[in-house]
Amino acid sequence: MKTLVIVEHNQQNVKPATLHALSAAKALNAPIDVIIIGEHCQNVVTSLQQFAGIQQVLVADNTVYAHQLAENTAALIATVAKEYDYILAASTTFGKNLLPRVAALLKIGMLSDVMTVVTPDTFTRPMYAGNVIATVKTLDKIKLLSIRTTAFPAATEKSATPASTVTLTTVIPNTQAVFEKEELTHSARPELTDARVVIAGGRGLKSAENFKLLESIADALGAAIGASRAAVDAGFAPNDYQVGQTGKVVAPDLYIAVGISGAIQHVAGMKDSKIVVAINNDPEAPIFQVADYEFVGDLFKILAELKNSFKKQ
Amino acid sequence: MTLQSCYVILSEAKDLLISERSLTSFGMTGLFFILKPRTRGYSSGGLPMKILVTVKRVMDYKANIRLKADGSGVDTAHVKMIMNPFDEIAVEEALRIKEKNMAQEVVVMSIGTEACQETLRSALAMGADRAIWVKTNDNIQPLVAAQLIHAIVEQEKSQLVLLGKQAIDTDDNQTGQMLAGLLNWPQGTFASKLEFHDNKVSVTREIDGGLETLLLQLPAVVTTDLRLNEPRYTSLPNIIQAKKKPLQVIDASILSVDLQSRQTLLQVAIPKKERKHIRINSVDELLHQLREAQVI
Repeated sequence: MKTLVIVEHNQQNVKPATLHALSAAKALNAPIDVIIIGEHCQNVVTSLQQFAGIQQVLVADNTVYAHQLAENTAALIATVAKEYDYILAASTTFGKNLLPRVAALLKIGMLSDVMTVVTPDTFTRPMYAGNVIATVKTLDKIKLLSIRTTAFPAATEKSATPASTVTLTTVIPNTQAVFEKEELTHSARPELTDARVVIAGGRGLKSAENFKLLESIADALGAAIGASRAAVDAGFAPNDYQVGQTGKVVAPDLYIAVGISGAIQHVAGMKDSKIVVAINNDPEAPIFQVADYEFVGDLFKILAELKNSFKKQ
Repeated sequence: MTLQSCYVILSEAKDLLISERSLTSFGMTGLFFILKPRTRGYSSGGLPMKILVTVKRVMDYKANIRLKADGSGVDTAHVKMIMNPFDEIAVEEALRIKEKNMAQEVVVMSIGTEACQETLRSALAMGADRAIWVKTNDNIQPLVAAQLIHAIVEQEKSQLVLLGKQAIDTDDNQTGQMLAGLLNWPQGTFASKLEFHDNKVSVTREIDGGLETLLLQLPAVVTTDLRLNEPRYTSLPNIIQAKKKPLQVIDASILSVDLQSRQTLLQVAIPKKERKHIRINSVDELLHQLREAQVI
C-alpha cells in the first residue's frame, strides 16, 4: 500500500491546501510519496522534504511543466500512478482540473471532495451543495481522491531527517494548450480557504465601493474577505472571493456574513464554520437559519460602528 | 389547456420580452439584431465547426431534499427537475458561437431515462439544432458518462464539446476533464470567457487565485463556469418549434462502453449542525459575545 499526494505550488511555496491533503493521506495509513511538477521549484522541494510522514519527493522540474497545465501534467502522473494505491490532490481549482484527467488516462473512477476516510476503500463526500453526505465505496484498485481541505487539518509536523528525492526525467511537451496570462488578486490578507476569520459581503452592500467597507474590519480581525455569488456577479468583488457550492468552501472559526441573504449555494460553502454571525436588514433572510449570532439592522450603520470600535482599541 | 399550463405560457411570453432586452446588455448591439435576428436554423456560411453540448437533468436547486426511507439515496420522485444550470450556460455559449457564424451546428446530448428528453427539448427550445438521447436506466458515473460522450463525439465528429463544470446534484466536477483525457484533447475548465481565432480558442478560467487564460488548439473540451454568460429565456414559438426538431435515440448498450459502476453508494445522510441563534442588538454586545467565544 502506497499513497501519492500531488503538490500544488507556485514554484516558490507549497499551497496550504496541499498540507490538508497530506493530513488526509496520513489517515490512509500507507507510506506517502509526494509529486512536485513545475519549473525551478527547488524551494518547494526543500520545504516539503521537511514534513514528517513523507518517504519520497518525486520531482519533475522542466520548462514544459512551467504552468502545470493539465494536458501533460496528467500524462506524467499517469506514468507513475501504477505504483500507488491512492492518489490524492486537494480539491482546489488546480486539483479539480487535473485529477479527473488522470483518472481518465488510467480508466478509473474518482471521488471528489472526500471529507472522511471510513475504511481503506470507503469514504464520505458531500453532494447536493453539501445538503447530503454520501458514504461511497470504490472498487477501483487505484483510488483517486480529491480532498476537501476544510475536513482535514493542515499537516504541521516536521521530520528531523529530510525525505529523499527522486528525479523524474520523463519530459512530456504540451502541444495542445499554451499558457497566455493570469490575473491574480493580490492581497496581504490570509488565504480565504485557510483563514481563521472570514468576513463576507453580499448584494446588500449595494456597490463595489461599499464592499470595500469590509476591508478595515477584515484587517482589524486578521480576516480574509469572501463574497456571495450575487456580489461577484454584480462586480462588487473578484471571482476568487466567491464562497459557495461552486466557489470556495471555507470553515473558519468565525464567519461574518454581511448583507448576504443565504442562498443554499452560498451556505454550502460556509456551513461548517464554527461560529457564524449574520448581519442583515431582513429578519427573514435564510442566512439566519445557519447563524449563531443574528444581527438584524442597517448593515452600513453596523459596519461603521464596528470600524469605530476597532479604531478605539 | 389547464389553467396552470396557461399561466406557464403567459409567464414565458413575459420572459421573452425580458430576454430580448437583456440580450442587448450582453454586448450585442441593436445593429446586430437587425442584421442577424435570432434564427433557429442552420447558418449558411461560417466555419464548419460542430459543437456538442451535454445537458443533465437534475433536481431543482430550490427543491427540498428528501432521502429515500432506507437511506440508499436522494428521493427524486415528484420533485421539480431542471436542466443543470451550468449546462444551460454551455448551451447558451454554443448558440452564441453559432450566432457569430463560427459554428455550423449545435448538437445537444443527454444520458439517462425517458425523462431526459424533456431536458433535451428545453435545449432545443433555446436554439440547439438537434438532440441525441443516450438511453439508459443505469446510474451513470462520471467516467462512464465521459466514455459515452466520447463515443458520440466520434460519431458526430464534433470539434468543440461544451459541458457544465459540474452537475449540482452529485457535485463531482469530473466529466469534462475525463472526456478531454479520453479524447486526448486540450481542456479549458471553469471558463468565464471564450474567444476563437485561427483554429484556436482562448479560454479565460476562474481559478482560486483569480483568472488564468489558456490558448487551446481545436478540437477542445471546455467546461463552463457561472460568469460565462446569462442563458436566454425560451419563447413560446421556440418551445413549439423545438417539438419538431430531430431527437435521435441511441441505446447506451450499443456504444461499447462498460456501464457497470465502480463505485457503490452505501448510504446518504443529511448533516445537521446546531446553531445558537442568539439575537444581537448592538455592536458592543456582538463584540462581547465574540470575545467570550474566544474567536476575536
